[in-house]
Amino acid sequence: MRKLTAFLAGLVFGIGLLLAGMAAPAKVLGFLDLAGAWDPSLALVMGGAIGVAFLPFSWAKRRQRSLLDAPMQLPQKRELDRRLIAGSLVFGIGWGIAGICPGPAVTLLFSGHWQPLLFVLSMLAGMLLFAVLERRRDH
Amino acid sequence: MTLDWAHFTPWSALAGGALIGLAASLFVTCNGRIAGISGLLGSLLERGEGVGEKTLFLLGLLAAPLLWQLFRALPEIDFQTGWAGLVLAGLLVGVGTRYGSGCTSGHGVCGLSRLSPRSLAATLAFMASGFATVFVMRHLLGV
Repeated sequence: MRKLTAFLAGLVFGIGLLLAGMAAPAKVLGFLDLAGAWDPSLALVMGGAIGVAFLPFSWAKRRQRSLLDAPMQLPQKRELDRRLIAGSLVFGIGWGIAGICPGPAVTLLFSGHWQPLLFVLSMLAGMLLFAVLERRRDH
Repeated sequence: MTLDWAHFTPWSALAGGALIGLAASLFVTCNGRIAGISGLLGSLLERGEGVGEKTLFLLGLLAAPLLWQLFRALPEIDFQTGWAGLVLAGLLVGVGTRYGSGCTSGHGVCGLSRLSPRSLAATLAFMASGFATVFVMRHLLGV
């Protein structure tokens, strides 16, 4: 059952990304271009998503187990550190260059365009680099 | 700043956002997990726990355009970046989201919905650098 809800969640998430315009790089760049002709649409994507997800997440925060009896795995870290801010700044630069973030890039992998594939492979390489650097840091 | 009314799509943005929120809600209430794409990918790369459920979520994402195309044509996917830009952007997004513990979905949707101060800080940071990057590229460098 949890496998089914995981697949359904991914499917609905992907449909949402396509409908919202998050998978259209020109639209994303139009939102990020404050100094040009600004298209504020994507601010409404976040608004719509949080509007729907706020109550379910408030419920989830108070639970130890999910509806399907899985452990509730919410991040517990509280402190703001340099890694969080620096990493997010670096992510934003990449998002601003390409106009696409991880979710839409994965969604478009088999859309018949070569760009998502190249972007996702580069992103996985970046993630592997992080994993290698982390392992070295631990030793 | 001028508003680009011609491309403003409030209803599809809100409806798409609502579906994203619904999917994140389903994943957290049923699977107890955060629907953060960079986190799911990173955890699979590092062979973390829950490989089956995480893979199925990503397979759901991959299946979305197929389901979509049963009803209508895919929206225009108009990349404005060449291959070198895409490689650089991908590397920055990969490294940045792992150090920053999340991306638009994990921080921007799930994190803000659970009122996480870390996610608020992360979202402000990646939005700010996204705005700055597009400003530099379009208005200073003209690319």
